Amino acid sequence: MSTPTHSETTSSIFGRLGLESFPLHEPIIVATFGVVALGGVALLGALTYFRLWGYLWREWFTSVDHKKVGIMYMVLGVVMLLRGFADALMMRGQQAVAFGESQGYLNAHHYDQVFTAHGVIMIFFVAMPLITGIMNYLIPLQIGARDVAFPFLNNFSFWMTAAGAVVIMMSLFVGEFARTGWLAFPPLSGIDFSPDVGVDYYIWALQVAGVGTTLSGINLIATIVKMRAPGMTMMKMPVFCWTSLCSNILIVASFPVLTATLALLSLDRYVGTAFFTNTNGGNPMMYVNLIWIWGHPEVYILILPAFGIFSEIVSTFSGKRLFGYTSMVYATAVITILSYLVWLHHFFTMGSGAAVNSFFGITTMVISIPTGAKIFNWLFTMYRGRIRFELPMMWTVAFMLTFVVGGMTGVLLAVPPADFVLHNSLFLVAHFHNVIIGGVLFGLFAGIQYWWPKAFGFRLHEGLGRASFWLWVVGFVTAFAPLYVLGLMGVTRRLRHFDDPSLQIWFVIAAVGAVLIAGGIAAMLAQFGWSIYKREELRDVTGDPWDGRTLEWSTSSPPPAYNFAFTPVAHELDAFYDMKARGHERPLAGYRPIHMPKNTGTGVILAGLSVAFAFAMVWYIWWLAALSLAAIVGGAIWHSFNYDRDYHIPAVEVARVEGERTRALQGAARPRDPDSPREQDRDVLALAGA
Amino acid sequence: MSAHNTHASGEAHGTRRDYLIGFGLSVVLTAVPFALVMLGQLDKQTTALFVMGAALVQIVVHMVYFLHMNTRSEGGWTFMALVFTAVLVVITLAGSLWVMHHLNANMMPDMQQIQAMG
Amino acid sequence: MSAMTPIGPSFYLTEEDHHPEGSTALGFWMYLMSDCLIFAVLFATYGVLGTAYAGGPTPAELFDLPLVALNTSMLLLSSITYGFAMIAMGEGRQRAVLGWLGITGLFGAAFLGIEMYEFAHLIHEGATPQRSAFLSSFWTLVGTHGLHVFFGLVWLVVLMVQVARRGLIEANQRRVQCLSMFWHFLDVVWIGVFTFVYLLGVLR
Repeated sequence: MSTPTHSETTSSIFGRLGLESFPLHEPIIVATFGVVALGGVALLGALTYFRLWGYLWREWFTSVDHKKVGIMYMVLGVVMLLRGFADALMMRGQQAVAFGESQGYLNAHHYDQVFTAHGVIMIFFVAMPLITGIMNYLIPLQIGARDVAFPFLNNFSFWMTAAGAVVIMMSLFVGEFARTGWLAFPPLSGIDFSPDVGVDYYIWALQVAGVGTTLSGINLIATIVKMRAPGMTMMKMPVFCWTSLCSNILIVASFPVLTATLALLSLDRYVGTAFFTNTNGGNPMMYVNLIWIWGHPEVYILILPAFGIFSEIVSTFSGKRLFGYTSMVYATAVITILSYLVWLHHFFTMGSGAAVNSFFGITTMVISIPTGAKIFNWLFTMYRGRIRFELPMMWTVAFMLTFVVGGMTGVLLAVPPADFVLHNSLFLVAHFHNVIIGGVLFGLFAGIQYWWPKAFGFRLHEGLGRASFWLWVVGFVTAFAPLYVLGLMGVTRRLRHFDDPSLQIWFVIAAVGAVLIAGGIAAMLAQFGWSIYKREELRDVTGDPWDGRTLEWSTSSPPPAYNFAFTPVAHELDAFYDMKARGHERPLAGYRPIHMPKNTGTGVILAGLSVAFAFAMVWYIWWLAALSLAAIVGGAIWHSFNYDRDYHIPAVEVARVEGERTRALQGAARPRDPDSPREQDRDVLALAGA
Repeated sequence: MSAHNTHASGEAHGTRRDYLIGFGLSVVLTAVPFALVMLGQLDKQTTALFVMGAALVQIVVHMVYFLHMNTRSEGGWTFMALVFTAVLVVITLAGSLWVMHHLNANMMPDMQQIQAMG
Repeated sequence: MSAMTPIGPSFYLTEEDHHPEGSTALGFWMYLMSDCLIFAVLFATYGVLGTAYAGGPTPAELFDLPLVALNTSMLLLSSITYGFAMIAMGEGRQRAVLGWLGITGLFGAAFLGIEMYEFAHLIHEGATPQRSAFLSSFWTLVGTHGLHVFFGLVWLVVLMVQVARRGLIEANQRRVQCLSMFWHFLDVVWIGVFTFVYLLGVLR
């Protein structure tokens, strides 16, 4: 058992990859492959036909501009959302029909892959890229900086995340994915019980993407710490930057734990070590212990930036300063530390005994205090504010209602005796979807609706946005309320087939909810498409469509490559509100050349080599693994010999771009609400321009 | 926080004297534990406590004299990162040992306990 | 310029450009902290599984403390020689920097050589990583440290070539400083290794 010998046909050229590795016997996968292949060929053909390859390579793939990297992260996250949601629909469909005689349409082998892939993709390749993307886009703009601290690293991080996504997508058509659940607990994920490539795909997809995530965390911390505009002390920084800072600290502090834990699992699988085995003194529970030391901070990595987004939106759309800014910052910091002290609540039932379980139960309950404080801060911000129920605000209110329910079921699960009843049940599944969809995803949607005009220069269509909102919110409740009920009745998670027909109605309701959510996703995509089509009607030239309060709204939409022609100076929290209230003048002359980093293709190349390396490791193609690893190291060294990494945007170019903005601002003096500070501000600008 | 900073990093460089002091202390703090264990003059528990104490002191010595750690460089951020990491390392180590020890004690009772239950 | 005299406080830096100070040292330090947590996991694993001999050899039977002491002295010497390279860099003496970096590299290589000798000896004794959970965690912890030293050596060689070709320019100074942090950090990790793995292992 020391060396993996299960594969009968291991060749020196193709490793264990053979024709039988392609899942031709699974009609669902073959059909999916057909659709993906047709769509892919059509896309590639269109790109070639419209001669877009050069444009994409020069302007996007090799770009080190944090705004473009951020948008690429968002695109990756939305694309992977479609894949992850397809998995969700399949599960809901299976569980709605697989009762009694009917076995449903998914066999066990396939169904187990589907629920594993759903969890892995939704966390690592949907939530993480979307969160990282929005942080990437906004942090430099909010702190008045021209880019992140390490622009090349930023591009590289994105491509490593994308490379992980590519590896996981490969598993759909070449071989298979893990059948272990999203955290791949041993001994099930060990070589004895999972001898095929599924777990290896899992490991290498996460390892490759993990490199990107960790580096991007370091990058964003350094950006926030070092690159704030003059005058912006830590306590004058937008709340979103604070929550992002804490989130990135957690990334840097917890992803190494995941990396190390998965490395130990790989050693068990590849070398035959005895960390998590049932033999030779290994202890599978050690894996569970270690992976949750990463896993719990991970959920706060996702939710903290969402809290920041809600804070910005509540403040803007209530027309008030955020209530209790300082308490918000401290609550965030407390959550950051506490998130490291609660990991055992994921395995109360493993048998640690009363002392251990009580400690971790209490720390878990304590974490609800700072979180509750945040909810009250948002409510008090809205209190007596002039609330504008635009789309971002609607998502925020929906979040507050759903997240409180999710939080309370979480506190319930934090009580060890209750957890012994509810552990591994659908109640738990409903709980974490309640906080991740109601918290993280609603936050991302609120953020997308809020900052889209900033990123692209036009608003999103209101009607389609409302349709999407209601379909999502109603669909969410319809899909997950039944799971709470089923969980309380004792139904465990990850089941493919049921015997008790009285349960079926609940699963049918849940499936209806999933279809409603599908409608919500479709409406949102339609909203994006329609808004792009009608962009001239929805155009916003002011750069400040919502009467914003933070610095990103002070520049044009979309912002120029250099973000700010002149670095802003902050005097107060809500720096841009302060600028508008005290009558700032946008300087119109005296531009200087701006120092910027150069684009580079190194990130794409290194990430591509990483895909080759991961693929080779999955299939035991050792020569390719050695070759690609050598190429990665060599490529990194080669890159370090390039000292010519920046250039200057000439002053003339800056003057041209800023001149265009001045003219656009003059043309945009359409009166709407003459009392609002924004309108007065525009008058000042118009005068200054004239 | 001046607008211009000619230094590459603003990091404090150690002097020759710093490095030599650090080296001397490290030699002592390495040699003594090795000698105690190899010669075995003290009882095991005392030796173990001393060895661990020496390691902790030596880590601090390295931090101060070789890594030039202080509370001021980089506006205190490096020091804060270090303290935060140290806390997390302690949580990871102590937490894992505690949790796994309890698990073993509860789930893998030794023969005497099993007989007592029987 | 008179057209942009600010009303009230100034909201833009118009007279000079904003140059945030370099982030490399801080960024690299944070990478080291994350690396530190990788080692924390390996130490925790060793702590939990370090007594799971599964009927195989125990630390007292395997470890050769004089050899470990020799190895430790190599790493410690390489630390002080790297320190001298840093001092030479502060004084702008390029040849001295290269010389001290070279000596550091030799000590590092000696450390790795001794470690390889120890590993070969262990394999010969049948104490392979597959034998028991104790040996799995021992090999992984010590091996990961060794792998870091190896990458440190590769980096050192590359950096020596870069300093020789371009001199002690600012970018190179920054890199020498980062490698310095990396090198001393590995020394700190080694303190944990020789204490908790070797010394306390033999005591057990």
